[in-house]
Amino acid sequence: MNDRRAFFCSEIERLSARLYGSALRLTRNAADAEDLVAETVARAWAASAQLQDVQCFEKWIFRILANTFVSDRRRKREAPATSEAETDCDQFSLYERLHQPFLLWWSNPEQELINKLLREDLEQALAALPESYRTVVVLVEMHGHSYAEVAEILNVPIGTVRSRLSRARSLLQRALWEQAQAAGLWPMSPHKEHARE
Amino acid sequence: MSEQDKISCEEVVAHLFDYLDGEMDAHKRADIDRHLEECRGCCSRAEFERLLRQKIAALGAEPLSPALQGRLKMLLEEF
Repeated sequence: MNDRRAFFCSEIERLSARLYGSALRLTRNAADAEDLVAETVARAWAASAQLQDVQCFEKWIFRILANTFVSDRRRKREAPATSEAETDCDQFSLYERLHQPFLLWWSNPEQELINKLLREDLEQALAALPESYRTVVVLVEMHGHSYAEVAEILNVPIGTVRSRLSRARSLLQRALWEQAQAAGLWPMSPHKEHARE
Repeated sequence: MSEQDKISCEEVVAHLFDYLDGEMDAHKRADIDRHLEECRGCCSRAEFERLLRQKIAALGAEPLSPALQGRLKMLLEEF
């Protein structure tokens, strides 16, 4: 019992910033994110005796966090899941935009843009995604869940996970492109080049 | 491997996110690895998407407020 408790506490300490970070991306609200983390930790402790392989702790607790978020949303009936038709969008690739012929004089445009993107730009673009799209990005890219695991957590077919992820990435990249243009980051102009440095 | 067996740039682009997300069997993954070693354009695209993915993943960590730190501490003490 004491060993289990000590292990549990040290893992929570190690993972707390990531638990809170992903809770914040999912809920977009600090108070809700704090509640989600506390609820996750309480549920995880209650179930911790059943965890067979301690090597799986990280994936296991992120799954509890995702399940808690999804069931809470269903219970409150907030923000109904976006239907695929609601946010239909053309595929958009930031890389392809950066490689338009008139920009090819620039030696390494994609690296330039990556270097100029601020955390706030990414936060804003991610927060603007419909909830069902944002959720798959968090579960795949931040929690490291497989598509099959995400399908199980969300109770949707794996094809739906793929299409949501693809649309989410497309919308995210389009938003980043528009933000970069609005901020004068792209196309690069010499007088704005150092504006964010 | 014959030229016919080689994977095309279009196939690499179509499966790039499966590759980056680790959603690919070892055989297909090896085909893409080989292509990326030889194709500068696809390699540059894969690197861009990998870096962007890394930046997005980094949003998944945030420092805890003192209030949440205290709340977790109290919670853990109850266990």
